[in-house]
Amino acid sequence: MIEARGLVKRYGSTMAVSDLSFSIRPGLVTGFLGPNGAGKTTTMRMILGLDAPTQGSVTVAGRSYRDLPAPMREVGALLDAKALHGGRRARDHLLCLAQSNGIGRRRVDEVLRTVGLEDVARRRAKGFSMGMSQRLGIASALLGDPAVLIFDEPINGLDPDGIVWVRTLMRELAAEGRTVLVSSHLMSEMALTADHLLVIGKGRLIADTSADEFVRSSSQQSVHVRSPQAAELAALCRQVGATVDAGTDPDVIEITGMDSAEAGKLAAAHGIALSELIPVRASLEEAFMELTRDSVEYQAAGATR
Amino acid sequence: MTDAMIALTGPDDRAAFPASTFADVLRSEWTKLRSVRSTFWALTVTVVLGIGLGAVISAAAAHGYARSSASGKLSWDPTGVSQAGVAIASLAIVVLGVLCISSEYSSGMIRTSLIAVPKRGRVLAAKALVFAGVTFVVGEVTCFVAFFAGQALISGHAPHAALGDPGVARAVAGGGLYLAALAVLSVAAGALLRHPAAAIASMIAVLLVLPGIAQALPDSWRNPVTEFWPTQAGTQLTSVNHSAHTLQPWPGFGVMCLFTAIVYAIAWTLLDHRDA
Repeated sequence: MIEARGLVKRYGSTMAVSDLSFSIRPGLVTGFLGPNGAGKTTTMRMILGLDAPTQGSVTVAGRSYRDLPAPMREVGALLDAKALHGGRRARDHLLCLAQSNGIGRRRVDEVLRTVGLEDVARRRAKGFSMGMSQRLGIASALLGDPAVLIFDEPINGLDPDGIVWVRTLMRELAAEGRTVLVSSHLMSEMALTADHLLVIGKGRLIADTSADEFVRSSSQQSVHVRSPQAAELAALCRQVGATVDAGTDPDVIEITGMDSAEAGKLAAAHGIALSELIPVRASLEEAFMELTRDSVEYQAAGATR
Repeated sequence: MTDAMIALTGPDDRAAFPASTFADVLRSEWTKLRSVRSTFWALTVTVVLGIGLGAVISAAAAHGYARSSASGKLSWDPTGVSQAGVAIASLAIVVLGVLCISSEYSSGMIRTSLIAVPKRGRVLAAKALVFAGVTFVVGEVTCFVAFFAGQALISGHAPHAALGDPGVARAVAGGGLYLAALAVLSVAAGALLRHPAAAIASMIAVLLVLPGIAQALPDSWRNPVTEFWPTQAGTQLTSVNHSAHTLQPWPGFGVMCLFTAIVYAIAWTLLDHRDA
């Protein structure tokens, strides 16, 4: 359980996080979603006691992180897979972290096996690929067998096998009743992993909802129609208050504000022949883009619609 | 997911875990120190320079003794000559001490370390203690070996010293203590400045450059600087002959320890309050 109340972080004049309140429940994978620079990492740093909030508070298992008596046994975290001394062997890196929380050597070998790094345990970390580093970072998060896990962009740099492995691991950890918080700027990834979504943009909470609900509520449903009498149908739809977008193809229209059954009935009532009638639901990705469009920090020219 | 399963891994169950102790952090810092190559190399340089350079300087000085002036013969200090290499080798300790914490900042490891041990003062204390302990042992061995090797090379060419002579045992053993204090100061400087290059440069300024500049100042300025400059004062513990405008051995070392404690306290406070 992670609980934030009125979390604010200001760096000089920049507001990185403003008035963020949420609680992250056990047994679910919670996706922490937002464009780059939205404040995801800053929020995670505050949860982990690296940054002090300007205002507000955040607790893990009811306590502020810096007050946890054995932090690694309660919270496992991976913020930056390359945040380690490259000259140290993988096993020694895990060993020094384990020792700092009174965790035994046997557990170090166990997590090395879990992440599939036992063969390179004696290699120095600077020779590791991004994928291997991510695995090592995940191993360090698992060391204390914690009830809460926090991962910042864990699939970055992983190959397809690795991505599937991370997804499965997150799901398993949540199924064991743990609290799992995973950040990503990729909606498509979260669509496959997360049960619950916490969406932020420019440091503000945009949505705190189940992944299914998120798509339902924020994506506009539309109906794709192909008909030789498309123009006629478009006029009829407008009369009943629906919105119609005509594309470059004169036979194709996109209707919003009316579902496919209603559109079909309307066409039948007026004897309009339809060759295609397809309900279109925006993907999670599109819903996310729609929601965060106004809050992306850096936008390429022409990207605004 | 049932409530019962959630409760199993909930906060109540976890509270039964033993709290992480300072001894745990000490073990962790020992693993960190012994698992990087720079430790091995810096300590090797300390031993080799301390003993080797001391031997070369001892042999050279002993051969020049016969031709030296009366005043030169009067100020002849066989213990100091044999320990001359240690003074230079101390730079390796400074570099390693600064690196063992500032390299955590340059690599990002510090964030991993502080997530593992959020009681930040423990990380700094354990690092300083482990490194000072290792430096003390290596330093004492180096100083004593350099002393015996030096005296063996000097004897027959010039008057040599024995451990039983007044102040000699204290001066030789004091070398290890001086290096241990320097180790703590270096770790504190590394934690304070966070950038390896900046911290090493500052330490060299404190050790060599500023005292060197003081030599160019008029007497009225130079004498108090020579007397109270922390690292100069600290070296009094390692010298047998007491020259003018210097503190006595133990008060001198006390000044150095006090300075180290102040820098350490500032580093500790900043580490605790700064975002990592």
